[in-house]
Amino acid sequence: MLSMAEAGTFFEQLFFGWGSERPGAVVSVIYGMIVVVVFFMPFVSVLGMICIWGERKVAGHMQNRPGPNRVGPFGLLQSLADGAKCVMKEDLVPELGDRALFRLAPYVAFAPVFVALVAIPFGPELTFERHLNSGLFLILAMLSVEVMGVIIAGWSSHNKWSTFGAMREACQMVSYEIPLGLSLLVGVMAAGTLNVVDMGLEQGGGLHTWGIFRSPFVFLAFFVYFVASLAANKRAPFDLAESDSELVAGYLTEYSGMRWAFFFFAEYTAMFVVGGIQAALFLDPFGLIGYYHNQLSADPQGHWVGMVVLNVMAATIFIGKAGAVILVQMWLRWTLPRPRIDQVLYVCVKVLLPMGCVLLLGEALWQLFVPWRGGIPWKDYNPLSWGDLMKGGTAVGLGVQLALMMVGVGMVVAVVVWVGRSALDAKSVKKRRAEPEAIVV
Amino acid sequence: MMLGQAGFPMGAVLFYGFALGAGLSAMGVALSRNIVRQAVCLLFALASVAGLYYLLGCEFLAAVQLVVYAGGTLILIVFGVMLTSSELSAKFVPRRGEVMVALGIGAVLLMGLIVGLCAAAGSGAFGDAPLALDRDYPVDRLGLAMLGDYLAPFEVVSVLLLVVMIGAAYLAKARRKGQGVQG
Repeated sequence: MLSMAEAGTFFEQLFFGWGSERPGAVVSVIYGMIVVVVFFMPFVSVLGMICIWGERKVAGHMQNRPGPNRVGPFGLLQSLADGAKCVMKEDLVPELGDRALFRLAPYVAFAPVFVALVAIPFGPELTFERHLNSGLFLILAMLSVEVMGVIIAGWSSHNKWSTFGAMREACQMVSYEIPLGLSLLVGVMAAGTLNVVDMGLEQGGGLHTWGIFRSPFVFLAFFVYFVASLAANKRAPFDLAESDSELVAGYLTEYSGMRWAFFFFAEYTAMFVVGGIQAALFLDPFGLIGYYHNQLSADPQGHWVGMVVLNVMAATIFIGKAGAVILVQMWLRWTLPRPRIDQVLYVCVKVLLPMGCVLLLGEALWQLFVPWRGGIPWKDYNPLSWGDLMKGGTAVGLGVQLALMMVGVGMVVAVVVWVGRSALDAKSVKKRRAEPEAIVV
Repeated sequence: MMLGQAGFPMGAVLFYGFALGAGLSAMGVALSRNIVRQAVCLLFALASVAGLYYLLGCEFLAAVQLVVYAGGTLILIVFGVMLTSSELSAKFVPRRGEVMVALGIGAVLLMGLIVGLCAAAGSGAFGDAPLALDRDYPVDRLGLAMLGDYLAPFEVVSVLLLVVMIGAAYLAKARRKGQGVQG
C-alpha cells in the first residue's frame, strides 16, 4: 500500500486532504494558511535564527574570539534576543523618501524567496509539488525577482548611499544571473530533467554517482555556480550592495527594526535556497535514500511507514548538505576581501561567462559520446564485466566518474585537514599566550 | 491532485485573488504618475499573471514571465530611471492627445475581448467539463519544438539578438572614444 507515493506529496495531501471529498473554499484557504504558518514560517525563522548565530560563531572563531556565548547554551538564543530587540525598535521612515515604497520593499524582497521554498526538495515526497517539471527554473525566477525589493529599498530611501547600493545590486544581479543560469544548465543537461526531485533521485547509488562527478564539465560548473550564487545572493565577498566600508550600509542604511530584519530573513533563506539547489543538482540530496525510495515505490508490497521514514531521513540528509554549502559561504565571507564593482563585473563578464559557455558546449559533446553509469555497483550491474565496460565508452565514463570522485574526496580531505590543523594551532597559541615562556636574556 | 484542477475551490480562490491583483495593479500602472511606482505596480501585475499561468499548469511559462519581464526588463527600466532622473519623484505626465489615443486603443481591445468571449460562449467552449490539464508535460517537448519544428524563427531571433548586442557594444565603445577626444 503506497498511498503517499500515489496520491501526491505530503504537502499536497496536507493542503487538500486525504479523503476523496474536497474541502470547501473557506476550509481550504484556512488549511493553506495553517500549513504556511505551521511549516514554512517556523522553518524560515528558525533557519534565519540558526544561520545568524552560526555566522557570528564562524566569524568569532575565525577571528580568534568566542562569538556570541552569553544568551542560552553556546549563545544559541542570541538571535532570539536580537529578534525581540528588532521588534521593539522604532520603525523609522525617511521623511523625504517614497514612504509607501519604503514600507513595501522588505516584503518584495522576502516574498519571492519564500515562494522559492515551494520547489525545494526536502524529500522524495516531502516536497510541495512532486510534478513541478521546471522546479529549478521556477526557483531561479524567484531569485531574480528578489532583487527588485533591494532596488525599491534603495530608491525609496532618498539617500545617496542607498541608491548607490541598489544600483550596484541591480548591475551585479542582472549580470550574474547569466553565469548562474549557464552553470546550472550544464548540471541540468547532465541530469536530463528540471524536476528537482527527479534529479535528486537519480543520483542515489554511491559517491561516484553524485551529480558533480558526472563529467569534468559538471565538476567545473559546480564551482562556477558557487561563485555566481554568492554574487547573485549579494553574499560577501560580493556584498557591494551594502559594502559597509564605503556606503554606510548600502540599501539598508535607512532601515531599522523589523523591516531591516526582513531583509536578513530574505538573505538567509536565499542562502538556503541557493545551497539547496546546489545540493539537489550536484551533491546527491538524498544519499542512498533515493535509491531505496526508487525500489520501495516500485515494490507493490511496500508500506507507507517505510516511505515516511525514508522521507524524514532524506530531509535530514538534504538539509545537512545544504547546511554544509551555507557553512562554506560563511567561511568565505570571513576569509576574502571585498573586490571593487568593476572587478566584480569583470569576473562575471570576462571569466565566468566564457567559462560557462565553454562548459556548456563541452558537456553537450560529452553527453553525446560518453554514457553515464548510475546505480549501485555489484547490485545493479557488475563493474568488472569486460563486455559491459567495452560497450560504447562505458569504461571511460565510469573511470572519469571515479577519478573525479577521488579529486573531490581529496579536496574535502585537504580542507578538513587544513581547518583541523589551524584549529590545533589556535589552541597552542592560546596556551602560549596564557603561559608565556620566560624571556631569557 | 493538482492546484489547477477543476472543481477544486483553492484553485478558484487563488484564481480570483490573482485576477484581482493583476487588474488592480494594471490600473495602478495606468493611473500612477510616479515612474518608479508604476514599475512596482507593473511588477505586481506581471507576478499576478505569472500566478494565473501557474494555476493553468504552465509553471514553465510562469517562470519565464518572471525571469524575462520581472527579473530582466523591469529591472532595466528602473535602472534607467535611477540613472537618468535627477529627482526622486520622476513624474510621468502624458499629454491629452496621448491619453485619448490610449483610451481609443484600450476601448478597441476591450471590444475585441468582449466579442471574442461572446463568440466562445456561443460556440459552447465554456462547458461544465473540467479543464484538461496536461500537467505532466515534459519540458523537453518544448525544447524539441524550439529546435525542431520552429528552428527557423528561433535562429532568426537569435541573429536579431546578436545584432542588438553588437550594436550595444558599438554604442558603448563609440561614446567612450568621443569622451576621450573631448577630454
